[in-house]
Amino acid sequence: MVFSILQRLGQMVFVLFGISALVFLIFFATPGSDPAARIAGRNAAQETVQAIRKDFGFDRPLPVQYAIMMKKLFVSRDLTSFVNRGLEVVPQVMRAAPITLSLVFGAAILWVVGSIAVGVLAAMTRDTIIDKGLMILALIGVSMPVFWLGELLNLVSQSRFHDSFLFSWVPGLGYKPFFDGPWLWFKTLVIPWFTLAALYIGIYGRVLRANLVETYQEDYIRTARAKGLSPSRVMLRHALRMSLIPFVTMFGMDFGVLVGGAALLTEVVFGLNGVGRLTYQAMLNLDLPMILATVMYASFFVVVTNALVDILYVVIDPRVRGN
Amino acid sequence: MTAATQTARPPLIATRDLTKHFTVGKTMRPGSGRTVHAVEDVSLDLFAGETLGLVGESGSGKSTLGRCLTRLYDPTSGSLTFDGTDITRAGERALLPVRRRMQMIFQDPSASLNPRRRVRDLVGDAVRVHGIRKGRAVEDWLRELMDIVGLRAEHLDRYPHEFSGGQRQRIGIARALAVEPELIVADEPVSALDVSVQAQIVNLFSELRERLNLTYVFIAHDLAVVRQVSTRVAVMYLGALVEIGETESLYSRPRHPYTEALLSAVPQARNRGRRNRILLEGEIPSPLAPPKGCKFSTRCPFAQERCHAERPVLLPAGPGRSVACHYPLGSDAD
Amino acid sequence: MEPHPMKSPLLDVQGLTVSFSSDRGRVKAIDDVSFSVAEGEILSIVGESGSGKSVTLMSLLGLNDPKTTFVEGAVAFRRKHLLEMPDRELRRLRGKEIGLISQDPMTALTPVYTIGWQIAEQIRTHENVSKSAALKRAVELLAAVGLPNPNEAKDRYPHQLSGGMRQRAVIAMALSCNPALLVADEPTTALDVTVQAQVLDLLLRLRDEFGSAIILITHDMGVVAEVADRVHVMYAGRIVEKGTTEEVFERPMHPYSWGLMASIPPIDGPRLPRLPSIPGMPPVPGAIPTGCAFAPRCRFARAACLERPPVRRDGGHAALCVLEGEERERLRASVLGEEIAA
Repeated sequence: MVFSILQRLGQMVFVLFGISALVFLIFFATPGSDPAARIAGRNAAQETVQAIRKDFGFDRPLPVQYAIMMKKLFVSRDLTSFVNRGLEVVPQVMRAAPITLSLVFGAAILWVVGSIAVGVLAAMTRDTIIDKGLMILALIGVSMPVFWLGELLNLVSQSRFHDSFLFSWVPGLGYKPFFDGPWLWFKTLVIPWFTLAALYIGIYGRVLRANLVETYQEDYIRTARAKGLSPSRVMLRHALRMSLIPFVTMFGMDFGVLVGGAALLTEVVFGLNGVGRLTYQAMLNLDLPMILATVMYASFFVVVTNALVDILYVVIDPRVRGN
Repeated sequence: MTAATQTARPPLIATRDLTKHFTVGKTMRPGSGRTVHAVEDVSLDLFAGETLGLVGESGSGKSTLGRCLTRLYDPTSGSLTFDGTDITRAGERALLPVRRRMQMIFQDPSASLNPRRRVRDLVGDAVRVHGIRKGRAVEDWLRELMDIVGLRAEHLDRYPHEFSGGQRQRIGIARALAVEPELIVADEPVSALDVSVQAQIVNLFSELRERLNLTYVFIAHDLAVVRQVSTRVAVMYLGALVEIGETESLYSRPRHPYTEALLSAVPQARNRGRRNRILLEGEIPSPLAPPKGCKFSTRCPFAQERCHAERPVLLPAGPGRSVACHYPLGSDAD
Repeated sequence: MEPHPMKSPLLDVQGLTVSFSSDRGRVKAIDDVSFSVAEGEILSIVGESGSGKSVTLMSLLGLNDPKTTFVEGAVAFRRKHLLEMPDRELRRLRGKEIGLISQDPMTALTPVYTIGWQIAEQIRTHENVSKSAALKRAVELLAAVGLPNPNEAKDRYPHQLSGGMRQRAVIAMALSCNPALLVADEPTTALDVTVQAQVLDLLLRLRDEFGSAIILITHDMGVVAEVADRVHVMYAGRIVEKGTTEEVFERPMHPYSWGLMASIPPIDGPRLPRLPSIPGMPPVPGAIPTGCAFAPRCRFARAACLERPPVRRDGGHAALCVLEGEERERLRASVLGEEIAA
């Protein structure tokens, strides 16, 4: 078991290397475009371009260029954004990361708990009003655009009813660091969490319900019922336990992608300067070093969560363990 | 068929030390993965017009052997000859004419028929691919095929799900027959069917052999069914051929202890309680780690020291019979 | 053989009728089925797929989906009426007094728990014992059903055991609370013959040791002949013949039973040029003829078969068929005699 985990971690490093090389090649070795000019940004002075060419070693062979780039990104951490007049890239990502992580972690807890509750309840009351009602609610959750729901909640909590007792506790938009006051941090993020989680509660709840209903056709559920177990035990210990296996796969994917920047819309709506927003701005400005940094950051999280999911598999599904 | 006529003609299919290994659990680490000894050193001859029954329990390698014979699997070592031509390593292009001459029928007729295609296309494709009939003659041939397998011409326009299990197996048979093969390898063709329907399909197999001069390899775990259709029977255990012989004599006087135990274990509706059942201890060992020496030695009631050390080879034992056992049952003088 | 009048049967089923709701309205899967099981006896229900043999059992245990399944009739287990019983009470019977052995051991156990855990779970559901005591019992049970190294086997996951071993584990679990009745749904169909022989042997031994009555559902006449005390033959949702194993095998009364027996190829004696097969295929629920359901496939069908067939009795041996007396003997010989003639 330990060996297979180590093996998985080894693969992870390998994949990360592959991604970095691929991103590097796409950005800096595309034929017919001068990478130095692209890093310098639009309307840059010739001297800047020359300086960049020398600094990044664009006159040297590709592997050396790659090595220099990685050194600037990970070792000296002084990769500089020229578009933003010499702002260093890595510290910016480091500043944005906790914001995104706070947002996505909280939402993830909400959506895991929420969707399991929805899925289990709907599956247990299959074909009744409760089931149908929950599924309609879930569908509404899926179909509400995040920016719309976010703006609506903002409208309600920030302006219209802000002074009423219901929403007077809601702080203004923007992120408040955890270490400055956990309670304030929590209050700032509650509404964003709900906004982001609504979609996923809907999707996961529906998928889990379908999975549970399917699992209920299995022989081992019949065995469990024939053993005289209570319906809730059959559901939670046998059916849910098995349905969690595909659930975990989905979760790993979505979580990685969200931490990597896909929570952009939520970040924008609630004025949270997270990684998604950082990436978005870098894209607008064609800020290549920044894009490189955020892509590396995003792929790191996608790869790490996938590795974690694989390790989690070994824990929850004995069939994946070697003999 | 007597031994004399068999030697007079060359076999339709001949294998020599045919072996198929699979590797499981292979990772990027060199030397990782373990070898499944699915089929080991099988040598047999199959003559035109006979039906060779291949019996064994799960893990005996009977299906793998069937797939090696039709080159659906590439043998790991040994040789495979079809009608005098060595096809052990023949490429797809070289195999095409051979493929037409041998067809396979599978256990689960619903899984092997594409649910989105009509019977006409399922059966007709092979006719066109191999150019068996041209133009209008294709339609006539399809109608004739339906008649041969006991379906009606209007069934050609239906989809697989509109048929019962037995009818689907008839479609599977029609598809195999469409290219006018000489050899049919049928892998558990009746085991998914109900008893009453199973008898119909077993009869169909027998009729077709006579009508179309077919040669069969009939793979099944049901010894009674195999006895009904086969002229010769080969018994496999853990990838090895342990006994082969003509049906009547093999069933009435098994020489290998495994054959004897297998036959005695079949529960019978007839002759209730009038036979001695040999209850084998334990289960078939894993093909990942087959026992040293005789593969059956771990369960054999007669195993001796030599059996655990030395693997017996298939040797002639009486007319038309070969057995792989150091101490075969009965005397040689029969 | 009807149950002895002095002793009430362990399980008594009267007029069981089960229907499912489907797209085409209610479809009858089981039609007026009655049977009883005495303490310690092995009753076998034989039939092909779709005959309703599994549905019958699932209805007894209340394991069918109550929303789509409608069960009528009376089922008494030790004089308690199962069909009217509230679910809570029924659960106390299931697994404790009635154990289930399912068909496919590969899928009958939850893949993510060890077999020891799963057996202990059942024990602890019905008895107030500690976890370690339940596990200890699980090991004893695994030993009783012939698992080598039971102490080690209890920590194995289902996928780590072979088919035969898994079926033994399933049997051990069904036995864990000493049930008075074991319900076995095709317990050996998924197993190899040599392993099947071992498991059948085990069932017979357990009946003697634990004294459980067994209802054995199967399609295999050979299995029935080996283990059953009494046999019920089911076709298209009805019991078409019932009797002791000897009666049903020596003097079968129903043409379907004849066909079933004749269509199994013999393993010794002369080989037949052709197997006597039953033409056509079993009807699907919803398209079952109103008269005798077997009539369309029966070569002795006559006008009277369009009506619901009468029950012909010969002592405890009974069949649902118009044929009787000397004619029946003659027709039987014409079907089952063929094999001897050939």
